[in-house]
Amino acid sequence: MRLEKRTQTSRWALVLAPIGAVAFTLLVSSLLVLWAGAPLGQTYGLLFKGGFGSVFALSETLTRAIPLILTGLAATVAFKARLFNIGAEGQLYAGALAAVAVGGLHGGEAFALAPGLLFVLMLLAAALAGALLLLGPALLKARLGVDEVVTTLLLNFIMLLFVSLMLDGPMKDPAAMGWPQSVALLGELELSKLVPQTRIHTGLLWAVGLSVVLWALLKYTVPGFDIRATGASAGAAAFAGVPVTRTVVLVALLSGGLAGLAGAIEVAGRTSYVTLDMSPGYGYTGIVIAMLAALNPLGVLAAGVFVAGVLVGADSMSRVIGVPTYIADVLVAASLISVLVATLLTQYRVVFRGKAA
Amino acid sequence: MTAPVLRLAGITKRFGTLVANDNISLELHGGEILALLGENGAGKSTLVSILFGHYTADEGHIEAFGQPLPPGNPKAALAAGIGMVHQHFTLADNLSVLDNVMLGSEALWQPFSRRGAARDKLLEVARRFGLPVAPDAKVGSLSVGERQRVEILKALYRGARILILDEPTAVLTPQESEALFDTLGQMVAEGLSIIFISHKLGEVLRVSKRVAVLRGGKLVAEAPAAGTTQAQLAQWMVGHAVSAPQRRPAPSVGEAVCTLKDVSTAGGGRNRLEHVSLTLHAGEIVTIAGVSGNGQLALADLLCGTRAASQGTVSFLGQPLQASPARLVTQGVARIPEDRHAVGVVGDLSVWENAVSERLRSPAFSRALWIKRRAAQAHAAHIVRAFDVRGGGPQSPARSLSGGNMQKLILGRALVAPTLFATRNALPPEEAIFPRGGPSEKSGLAESAAAAQAPKLIIAHQPTWGLDIGAVAYVQQQLISARDAGAAVLVISDDLDEVMTLGDRVAVMHAGQLTEALPAEAWTREAIGLAMAGIPSVRAEPVEALADPSTSSGRTAKADGSRAGESSPP
Repeated sequence: MRLEKRTQTSRWALVLAPIGAVAFTLLVSSLLVLWAGAPLGQTYGLLFKGGFGSVFALSETLTRAIPLILTGLAATVAFKARLFNIGAEGQLYAGALAAVAVGGLHGGEAFALAPGLLFVLMLLAAALAGALLLLGPALLKARLGVDEVVTTLLLNFIMLLFVSLMLDGPMKDPAAMGWPQSVALLGELELSKLVPQTRIHTGLLWAVGLSVVLWALLKYTVPGFDIRATGASAGAAAFAGVPVTRTVVLVALLSGGLAGLAGAIEVAGRTSYVTLDMSPGYGYTGIVIAMLAALNPLGVLAAGVFVAGVLVGADSMSRVIGVPTYIADVLVAASLISVLVATLLTQYRVVFRGKAA
Repeated sequence: MTAPVLRLAGITKRFGTLVANDNISLELHGGEILALLGENGAGKSTLVSILFGHYTADEGHIEAFGQPLPPGNPKAALAAGIGMVHQHFTLADNLSVLDNVMLGSEALWQPFSRRGAARDKLLEVARRFGLPVAPDAKVGSLSVGERQRVEILKALYRGARILILDEPTAVLTPQESEALFDTLGQMVAEGLSIIFISHKLGEVLRVSKRVAVLRGGKLVAEAPAAGTTQAQLAQWMVGHAVSAPQRRPAPSVGEAVCTLKDVSTAGGGRNRLEHVSLTLHAGEIVTIAGVSGNGQLALADLLCGTRAASQGTVSFLGQPLQASPARLVTQGVARIPEDRHAVGVVGDLSVWENAVSERLRSPAFSRALWIKRRAAQAHAAHIVRAFDVRGGGPQSPARSLSGGNMQKLILGRALVAPTLFATRNALPPEEAIFPRGGPSEKSGLAESAAAAQAPKLIIAHQPTWGLDIGAVAYVQQQLISARDAGAAVLVISDDLDEVMTLGDRVAVMHAGQLTEALPAEAWTREAIGLAMAGIPSVRAEPVEALADPSTSSGRTAKADGSRAGESSPP
């Protein structure tokens, strides 16, 4: 069995590929639902209802989508340039810590600034913290050829330990009665609610706005061209005069910055303080979202809401009929694999060749 | 005539809608050299892959020595006595010749390697076919010609009776090619049959007994080599009569544009420069011959701004040359890289983006980091039209272009600078900026702008490699036209015909060193071949020829005063 490149892709294949991907995803997860002994229809019904079926469900989904979209954008811009940043998780925590350091430590009184200015300073600090965390691996890659997958991945664990150190040390909340959590952000710095009685906050506007900005940057600007050219073929890009090393550094700053902002916005919009479990793997899920969106910043919006909906829906479903919430991870993983395979199959076909006598 | 040793009957192979091989029937007789001729994409490789079992034919069958050959089984092809010598060698550099030959031919469960017997057999095969070899030499220490000999021995050691040689002379000097042809003659005399794949017409007629020509997947001609002319072969290959650009001398040679003085580059193994000196003048083409991998890439990279010299000076228009592609382009250096797929274009990006990629940073195509899409797309449309880039629209990815069209796009990008109009904001209608017919028909302001921005130096590395005959003629003609318009042109090529056709002056590269650039008339093919092999004694001969034309081997060395003066030894 081997793959042969298709000389042309038929229209049918383009229509059938996503349908096939959805069917495969449902098939795989259905087997697990049946194994858990739950009725299929009800499980999926509850999952959908829990994710999208009511105003409350939708609001929870959109709230969950905010950090996912931001980490998805972080992965998108990095992967576009073939800088495989697996460290968005650590960069998110770095951003969250920086946000609290600027906007919460010492009750926020260290800087006697107007709340508006302090808010901007907080976001800048968070973006800078994430960006700096990725800058090291990016420079190591550009200068010495060190594999950034390894360095960024390992930095995640270092960062988690650092967060733990901070939460038990300098940033410990004295009023938390021994819980490892940081001091809270100043009240004035918290993001306002977008819809009353829900948890959706104005971070959603930041996520949508940054998606559009990144999309326009990649499509219409010279640095955007540099990023796409560097990722598609670094040799050809360098020949055409693209400053490849500078572009990799820029991408590191953008990607790390976006992940850092995800942390700050999560703190300012939802948690108010940093805890060790504030991110259930948003950084890693962002990679899945970027791949599902085929590295299109606008597609990241849709993919982020979809994945958030599945995660929120599975939580609600499992409370009702006891199918473990891990089914959400299976759904997301299966959908990623089947979308990737379906895309591959629109460009290649599988040739089975019997063993010749 | 004896029964054929190999018979292909009605072989058809389709890839989707593309018919790569269309009902091809072909016979190979014992003791015969059959040349398989065709342009890239004509179906030569597909046919050989089917023969060797890498592909399975959709229709048709193959018989070797009267026995049907099972399809899709390379082992069966080997067992039937079919051996293949690939263009790119499949040898392990760190192993000895004997190890390489034995590799894969011994059974896995055999407890001890029978090196003694293998060595005797190898030496016997080598003696019989006149291929002297040192069994214990490391392959890495052998020359390219010697490695090819090991490849051939490997096939013969396994009992090949039918040998397929894929473009065997592509990496050889003329002398090495001659030696190979002698070897082939001896092998045929021993009863072997050979399929010789090539696109070089001269050597095909020189070496083969019969010629089969493929075009568009069909077998279009089969003829005895004797009595067939190169023009006839070319016409079969292309489908119509072809006129190659004729050599004509440079109309006027101007000032020095680019000068290398004692330049060396660091690193890169064999691909480096050692004390290279060269002067390129306006209005002349200097060609550089040599077996590829002898420092040509380092020279091209250096002049394209992607590599810096570790020693010596490179000056361009009196200033030190800067190692920055973007700056070189704005200063008027047009660059055509060797690897058009991996370096020339970014395959995933669109045709129009690739058409402006070198000048994206100029005010013509961007302002404050925003790309002026309309101006950029208009310029791309102009290049596509003026250079006849076919296949795919401006929005389709550049990788969808064929090699020839990709090269035209790169050529257009390098040669056509944006006009003054395009740098202004208000865009006149496209036709006003780019009148049909290309740069030569521009008038008035546009013309003066074009003249100011016409390339002053053109660096073309293997500009026609892998192109079909029509595209080769087109690219070469463009380079000659640019020279006539006053550009200094450097062409690096391992195709000796191209070197001699294009070059006003010719230099030869070997192991990072460059001979003096002498007028093309002062070189014989033999002298170039020896220089390509790094044999230094011949360097004196062309100079002698210059000093006294009557003593040179029947050639007349025409050289005007300035060039003769420059090419005499320091």
